[in-house]
Amino acid sequence: MNTAELQDVARRLRFDAIDAIYRAQSGHPGSSLSTMEMLVALYIGGVLKHDPKNPQSDDRDYFLLSNGHACPGWYAVLAEAGYFPKNELQKLRQLDAAAQGHPHRGSLPGVEISSGSLGQGLSVGIGIAAGLKLAGKTSHVYVMMSDGEQQEGSTWEAIMSAPKFGLTNLIAIVDKNKFQIDGATEDVMPGLDPLADKYRAFNWDVQEIDGHQFEEIFSALTKAQRADKPAVIISHTSRGKGVSFMENSDHWHAGAITDEQFATAKKDLGV
Amino acid sequence: MAQELIATRQAFGEELTAIMKEHNEVVALTADLGESLRMLKIRDEMPNRFFDTGVAEANMVGMAAGLSIAGFIPFAGTFGVFMTRAFDHIRVQICQNNLQAVMVGSHGGVSNALDGASAHALEDIAYMRALPNMTVLFPSDANQMRGAVRTLLKHKGPTYLRMYREPTPVFSDPKRPFEIGKAYIEKEGIDISIIATGPQVAFALEAAEQLKKDGINAEVINVSTIQPLDVQVIAHSATKTGKVLTVEDHSINGGLGSAVAEALGENAPTPMRRIGVRQFGESGKYHDLIAKLGIDSAGIRKVAKDFLQTK
Repeated sequence: MNTAELQDVARRLRFDAIDAIYRAQSGHPGSSLSTMEMLVALYIGGVLKHDPKNPQSDDRDYFLLSNGHACPGWYAVLAEAGYFPKNELQKLRQLDAAAQGHPHRGSLPGVEISSGSLGQGLSVGIGIAAGLKLAGKTSHVYVMMSDGEQQEGSTWEAIMSAPKFGLTNLIAIVDKNKFQIDGATEDVMPGLDPLADKYRAFNWDVQEIDGHQFEEIFSALTKAQRADKPAVIISHTSRGKGVSFMENSDHWHAGAITDEQFATAKKDLGV
Repeated sequence: MAQELIATRQAFGEELTAIMKEHNEVVALTADLGESLRMLKIRDEMPNRFFDTGVAEANMVGMAAGLSIAGFIPFAGTFGVFMTRAFDHIRVQICQNNLQAVMVGSHGGVSNALDGASAHALEDIAYMRALPNMTVLFPSDANQMRGAVRTLLKHKGPTYLRMYREPTPVFSDPKRPFEIGKAYIEKEGIDISIIATGPQVAFALEAAEQLKKDGINAEVINVSTIQPLDVQVIAHSATKTGKVLTVEDHSINGGLGSAVAEALGENAPTPMRRIGVRQFGESGKYHDLIAKLGIDSAGIRKVAKDFLQTK
């Protein structure tokens, strides 16, 4: 698939995520939209070694969504990749539905771990990467985190430990959309930046990219796969990307979408 | 006959080292307490399967979850009191994910006596048994601990394995298999059921011996699995004796006594007394401290006698 085609997939899946959140009248559109190109590159763009029909395949790469609240967007990508039918996504947050409000291991194919409580995924990714290395496997582990999540102390416990265990098969992605629940990350907790320098100081391979540009995403992922230490991609994005009233607005971490807003979002996404 | 004294943490370290030599799929993790948990032989002899995260309990637990997902059987250990630091990781990554992983809480209760209140694990049973999927074990002596470590190789879900710093009597039959979910009647009796967990079972047996002099024939039950609780054995004994006394080196709130009260309340309501810890601990020699807290054999004997005199 070329870049224009992937962009079109991202546009469609943005709508699928918004549609699910609208149906549920609940959910997290902001980071579902900001993470979209990265997720599309991984799952649809041929980066991940995976088999949607055999999600537990022995030689798969692992993807962990540590910022679990971004799951409507991720579920849309998993459905597009063929892990489950799209109507599972449309039952988001409904009683007895598989599509839980935050990922729950075992509820949907492709969901490797439960998440939602921030600051856990990187440690689990380190454990999986250490296990793959121990088992002599060549698979990679990708861990997506949010920027607000970098405020959790446990995230730094994990960052400190990954180089010790020699995990060249670990690739962390920080979706740096610059917002968290209470506002801009730099207002809520100044000092997150310079984030790249912090990772470098902890002996990680660091790249910074525009997380909405496929060329930059593919290039960074390829370099990260070849890094001789744990790699992090700081992916600069816009929260709510693609929907006019959500983009870089300070109150679209989560929320219910009105009929009128849904109509605007449809128009914005060309649906 | 003088009983041999061995700390259950010692038996744990030896047995884990032994099974790791037999089973390549077993891995060990600690957060800078490898020496205290008797894991250093593992570090020295099997370094690629030993992960020390430094003083970072949450990362240790998260890594254990990841290693389990990757097909390994992790034993991740720190002091029981420090497991609180990783509670959220245990809740979501171990229990919600429902992984085969053993959280090892050493220096249970006040067994790290001299270090004082901040080193005493007195709430761990309460919060661990509140977690869905979690099995909570507190082996009573070195023999049971060895059996538990081996049994856990085949146990598919999450486990909290509590153990003791202080050497305590080895009394159980080494040939008796350790069964998860089974309560063991260590001594039969008819006047009162003394239900204990961990090394306090040995003290309950000592107390039962002394109670004979008071004309009291006590039954002693060893609850080495607190969750799932063996309700059948406990309810049967309670119905037989009509009086239940629980004993634990743990807070009086939420531990064995609470678990037994809940089970009997639903199945066989029986008058009860609970022996446990009702405040923060303090520094002191182990035997002095448990005497002061009333969780030694003398304390058990005293409460049992008082209880039986109550109409």
